[in-house]
Amino acid sequence: MTNSNSIAKHSDAPAMIQMRHVEKWYGDFHALKNIDLTVATGEKIVLCGPSGSGKSTLIRCINHLETIQSGEIIVNGHRLTDSQAAVDAVRQEVGMVFQQFNLFPHKTVMENCILAPMRVHKLSRAQAEKTAQKYLERVHIGDQAHKHPAQLSGGQQQRVAIARALCMEPKAMLFDEPTSALDPEMVKEVLDTMISLARDGMTMICVTHEMGFARQVADRVIFMANGEIVEENDPESFFSAPKHERTRAFLGEILAHH
Amino acid sequence: MGTQELSYLLLGLSWTLGLTAIGFAGGIPFGIGIALMRVSSNNWLRRPAMAWIGLFQGTPLLMQLFVAYFGLPLLGFNLPAWAAVAIALTAHASSFLGEIWRGAIQAITKGQTEAALALGLPDRSRMFDVILPQAFKISLPATVGFLVQLLKGTSLAAIVGFIELTRAGNIVSNQLYRPLLVFGVVGAMYFAMCWPLSWWGRKLEQSMSKGANK
Ligand SMILES: Nc1ncnc2c1ncn2[C@@H]1O[C@H](COP(=O)(O)OP(=O)(O)OP(=O)(O)O)[C@@H](O)[C@H]1O
Ligand SMILES: [Mg+2]
Repeated sequence: MTNSNSIAKHSDAPAMIQMRHVEKWYGDFHALKNIDLTVATGEKIVLCGPSGSGKSTLIRCINHLETIQSGEIIVNGHRLTDSQAAVDAVRQEVGMVFQQFNLFPHKTVMENCILAPMRVHKLSRAQAEKTAQKYLERVHIGDQAHKHPAQLSGGQQQRVAIARALCMEPKAMLFDEPTSALDPEMVKEVLDTMISLARDGMTMICVTHEMGFARQVADRVIFMANGEIVEENDPESFFSAPKHERTRAFLGEILAHH
Repeated sequence: MGTQELSYLLLGLSWTLGLTAIGFAGGIPFGIGIALMRVSSNNWLRRPAMAWIGLFQGTPLLMQLFVAYFGLPLLGFNLPAWAAVAIALTAHASSFLGEIWRGAIQAITKGQTEAALALGLPDRSRMFDVILPQAFKISLPATVGFLVQLLKGTSLAAIVGFIELTRAGNIVSNQLYRPLLVFGVVGAMYFAMCWPLSWWGRKLEQSMSKGANK
């Protein structure tokens, strides 16, 4: 089985992200239930599950956009509950890409990319622009640097968002349904960018229902329902032999739509 | 009406502009402060800002001018008239601008804040590089609208002895016994200041709704 190799491939690597017994409540709604998840350095995880199952909540806890009520989260050695300093460190080391892009509309593509490196890493404008140009070219958008986000297509905007995150030279990337706000013809250009990132060894957690992408890059596919991790496996086994009834029902629905 | 009367009115007009400028110049920094306190999650910042807004929006500007001019000296602050008026206008403007800008800040989507947080931007940068420039833009029409209100509101400073445009008109009219003519001229002067501002505010509003539909 080729895919058990890919798990073995990362099993010796130090953990990049560890979640232990994580519990998250929104008021009296139990959004994450006893989440245990370790992501090795260089590992690529695809997270899927029905709407409302807690996928976004889970990855948003990792960079502290959401706070947890109990358990612990350690990212690249920083324990998230410790202090604001730990939160700052984690946010500098973990990039995030949102479904709605969330580019800064009043800034050009270049300005979007250089803001955080200048404010956080205190790079000079020239240094920051050099890095930004490198990553904009990497996502094949180097010639659009002077434009404002509204002048770009959705697929281009999402690639800018990826470049903006990369400019901070993150150790890991979180993607929250990066292609679901896109017109179908633009999905591929964004997935291709993510695939190339994966090839270069980036640690990634992707919430997505793009099963082709999952097969191609994921080391593990994780299925969530009702705030719990129901099942996880390498993509081959996950798709061909789902163990749980809920997983089978979910996959049946996804495949019916594609 | 001779040149002497006209230049007297123009002097009044320059005071009107000056008082407006003072109120606006004071209102901007304090208004930003009030708006930022008002959106803070800290009760000790948010509550005083709410009280400030309630106090100065809930009482007439005329009363605020009285209190600043007659009340502050009673408390031992001996201020020249222009300083008392500047304080009252600043307090008044900061409460209205603060509330306008608070609304604009809260209209900036949660996604913008989250993108800034996820990038690790410090709080200052998140506010001044990301949120405030966008909030400033969408609040411009309302801000310009308030500027027009403030300009007209400065006529109340006559009550504490300021010879601004309205008061100057009163004096000239009493000398010439031609109130219709004099106040016609005074009205035209207000109109010449306010109308272009209102026009600009409308223009900004239109161009913004066009931008939003794009
Ligand atoms: N800020 C919040 N306050 C209250 N409840 C929330 C909040 N955010 C999310 N929830 C609830 O938590 C549950 C999990 O939400 P979450 O966004 O993580 O789901 P998801 O798996 O990402 O779903 P989707 O596929 O629709 O994006 C949902 O039932 C949602 O209604
Ligand atoms: Mg979600």
